Amino acid sequence: MDVVAHWNHWVVVVLMMTGFYVIMARSNLVKKILGLNVLQAAVILMYVTMGKVEGGTAAIYLEDPHAAHHGEAEHGDGHEDDEHHDDGGHHDAPQAHATRPVTYSNPVPHVLMLTAIVVGVATTALGLALVVRIHEAFGTIEEDDLLDLEEGGG
Amino acid sequence: MDPGRGGCVIDALIDVFLLGLLVIVAVAVGQSRNLLVAVMLTGIYSLLSASWMLVLDAPDVAYTEAAVGAGVSTVLMLGTLALTTREEKPGPALEPVPLVVALITGLVLLYGTLDMPAFGDPASPVHQHVAPHYLQRSGEEMGIQNIITSVLASYRGYDTLGETSVVLTAAVGVFALLGGRRRRGAPVPEAEAP
Repeated sequence: MDVVAHWNHWVVVVLMMTGFYVIMARSNLVKKILGLNVLQAAVILMYVTMGKVEGGTAAIYLEDPHAAHHGEAEHGDGHEDDEHHDDGGHHDAPQAHATRPVTYSNPVPHVLMLTAIVVGVATTALGLALVVRIHEAFGTIEEDDLLDLEEGGG
Repeated sequence: MDPGRGGCVIDALIDVFLLGLLVIVAVAVGQSRNLLVAVMLTGIYSLLSASWMLVLDAPDVAYTEAAVGAGVSTVLMLGTLALTTREEKPGPALEPVPLVVALITGLVLLYGTLDMPAFGDPASPVHQHVAPHYLQRSGEEMGIQNIITSVLASYRGYDTLGETSVVLTAAVGVFALLGGRRRRGAPVPEAEAP
């Protein structure tokens, strides 16, 4: 059991369970949605954690490996005379760095989580719309009061 | 592979700092009875997780989380609070049954993480299947520098199409629920269950 290898995962599990607890324990519907958001962000963090490669950098081709700290999308930084212009015509641009390999983190979990964030906001919006409607119809957003209303009405 | 001892120490410090703040903010979201405070704390939580994603080499996810998670959702929640209420009904600080359920689930998940590959392990199964192809070939196949954009818009374009249809469905649902109901009369219970 290696602490260094897993403690990121453990903190993320603690975050997940905090959100899970808020969903179950709180009777207020807005609070439940907040708990859902906390849980969802923790799951996203778990996936992004899996994409990390030791010593890697963001999955954006570097023109110059030595500019790794802030050279994301800069075009041909310090390499104007080279044929490193990625406009599709030069088929050797990625391989040109094969002699000086750059480690990139895995882009696939990142892409999946981009989708998940947007879908999460869509579900949040739908949930909040339901909360607004419930408040319009019953005058409360506390689950306990809603259950009482239901029993009193029946 | 080793970025150096100094870099490791700084990375670890940033990790501990951000993760500690995340846990504190998450607990504060659960404990705050003022919903406005809780919504603001959720925004801070999103921004902190975006910062941590930046540490984990995911700048695109961090942008999206900061803009959509910390921005758009906070605005939506503030709008909801304006239409409903700001105060949560007081209740017990700790509910025993949910606490036990969350603790047991957490312990099972912690047990599960022991089988996961170590953090940052380049040999982990996640990195073996399609990712090497994207990393090596997307430059010449797509002709753009940002590999994440290549994967999002082209290799996994159907995922993004599905995402947009989900967003469309949610938008239709929101308008169906709220559209054309701008009356501000007495809150008459309309659908009372018999």
